[in-house]
Amino acid sequence: MQTIIGEGAGLGRRALPIAPIMTTHAPVNSFRALPDETGHFGQFGGRYVAETLMPLILDLETEYRKAQQDPAFWAEFDALMKDFVGRPSPLYFAPRMTEHFRGLAPAGKGPKIYFKREELNHTGAHKINNCIGQILLAIRMGKKKIIAETGAGQHGVATATVAARFGLPCKIFMGAKDIERQKPNVFRMKLLGAEVVSCESGSQSLKDSMNDALRHWVANVHDTFYIIGTAAGPHPYPELVRDFQSIIGKETREQIMEKEGRLPDMLVAAVGGGSNAIGLFHPFLDDPEVAMTGIEAGGHGVETDKHAASLTGGKPGILHGNKTYLLQDEDGQITEAHSISAGLDYPGLGPEHSWLHESGRVNYVPITDSEALEAFQLCCELEGIIPALESAHALAALPQLTAEMDADKLLVVNVSGRGDKDIFTVAEALGVEL
Amino acid sequence: MTRFETAFAKGPALVCFITAGDGDTAANLDALVAGGADVIELGMPFTDPMADGPAIQEANIRALEAGTKTADVLRMASEFRVRHPQVPLVLMGYANTMVARGAEWFAEKSAEAGVDGVICVDIPPEEDAELGPALRGKGLSLIRLATPTTDAERLPAVLNGSSGFLYYVSVAGVTGMQQAAQGSIEDAVARLKAASTIPVAVGFGVRTPEQASQIAKVADGVVVGSALVDLVKQHGTEAPDHLRALTSALAEAVHAER
Repeated sequence: MQTIIGEGAGLGRRALPIAPIMTTHAPVNSFRALPDETGHFGQFGGRYVAETLMPLILDLETEYRKAQQDPAFWAEFDALMKDFVGRPSPLYFAPRMTEHFRGLAPAGKGPKIYFKREELNHTGAHKINNCIGQILLAIRMGKKKIIAETGAGQHGVATATVAARFGLPCKIFMGAKDIERQKPNVFRMKLLGAEVVSCESGSQSLKDSMNDALRHWVANVHDTFYIIGTAAGPHPYPELVRDFQSIIGKETREQIMEKEGRLPDMLVAAVGGGSNAIGLFHPFLDDPEVAMTGIEAGGHGVETDKHAASLTGGKPGILHGNKTYLLQDEDGQITEAHSISAGLDYPGLGPEHSWLHESGRVNYVPITDSEALEAFQLCCELEGIIPALESAHALAALPQLTAEMDADKLLVVNVSGRGDKDIFTVAEALGVEL
Repeated sequence: MTRFETAFAKGPALVCFITAGDGDTAANLDALVAGGADVIELGMPFTDPMADGPAIQEANIRALEAGTKTADVLRMASEFRVRHPQVPLVLMGYANTMVARGAEWFAEKSAEAGVDGVICVDIPPEEDAELGPALRGKGLSLIRLATPTTDAERLPAVLNGSSGFLYYVSVAGVTGMQQAAQGSIEDAVARLKAASTIPVAVGFGVRTPEQASQIAKVADGVVVGSALVDLVKQHGTEAPDHLRALTSALAEAVHAER
């Protein structure tokens, strides 16, 4: 009989309990009460990290709980949102898109289309909302250095921006391939004083930059804060990123009440890791009259092996600190994601989306590269707005959604970022030489 | 007595790691045993080895590029068990490859293959509702990691459910980095041994017989990985001779402290 600590008799030592036993369950009448106290959204989420990181993750949670209760924390967050980020971002009625899709829809169909204009934020996307919140936490925790991962460079730029604003040194981990593909953002990060670290391992893209950021963090836990860019990673990251991004949905709620006197009927957002989507959705999750659609990156099509649709084409697994839907083979090896949009090019997504998918509260559908390209151009031509390719995926769901919704319904699309960064990719895809 | 108990009963033990599917794994494993390794850790390759430094990351990639599947790793383990009935064998890897078909499936197949224990890098005690119980249910040990950041408050949770041995990760970092200062290792091992009834092995950054000898003065085991994996990279199919030479030197240094 082998010795198992804590089991069997005669050890002369009392078995000590592991962590708090999970006894709480979210009330069944709320979709907004998760994660539970152990960081789970149903079976998803959790804290799947190496032991070295566990104490830090627990510290972060303790500090976040204090910050949540601290009016001074939120006062500083709100002040920076207003004067540094430029919030609130407008809720804009898109008249020509509305008209265009009404023209294509069956008689009596074609809802009013609104854009939540996150692309007007400082640094050009929703990413900054989360970075402001996390750097305030880093400062509360007395951390002296900032690290982050980035794919296309948007989160890297947003992190470098807040690090510059607060005078903290910053390292951004970025896949070698992405550095080559996204030179303007690499230069932006350098202008902002960040050091860009090239990740040469694996597929040299977003997931590998996250691996390298975790490796660096594990060796520098004493003085370094990791600003994760999406609502994923070990608990409490999915929760706190969602909370910081929920400003999107809270503003949308107030703005639509002001403009229309009622809640919207449909919310649409693209899901890579899923932070812009959860930020828009979360404040509405307990309003049953508000339907929600999350758009996954379908790449060349989910029937091919070149897509990034983790919910449609993946299964639950464990990566980067959380349990969630992942693109993987039968052995659990992570497979490469593909999307024309670098921000959606990740083989997983945030755990709360996995849970919202399984609970049926949010409907997730894939959109292909070519559908997104078409929507990208349509939005430029009809509304004078160049959307990010990520946001173009959300816009590409409009033909189908608007055909099914009555003309007196209200639909809100999260235009999560601006597309200036994508013009080279789009030109190449369209065969245009710049 | 279990194989672990036998291996650690003689005094400080040498624990050797290589990655499954990187080079001629059977020949490499035989070389480690021939050189005097007391416990074998066989790495299960994973696409995203977040706790590993460049040497073992590259070994993972080489193994996967060579087409290594979970079924191959289990076959290597069961063939090892036939050739070496007495040497404890540990599978070390990441959660997703272990739970892909369910923790029960993995525990059952590992037991059938003659594996004695499992080290899972990214399942801390807080998330161990399935894997640990499944392994223990099949008579396998779950070998947990303690680190420099594991404080007195957390240590009982880490120890609870541990068996076989406790793996002390001597540096906060990834595998193959610099070794920790001897003083800090001595303090940590003393703290762990005071709290634990199972042997304490120390790893991360141990490359030479001199380092191994120092650690063996205080710990029950010394783990060497990246230095061996480097030899596999450097010498390919010629690796077994080099592995045996380094293992012999390490084993001599460790066993001299018995």
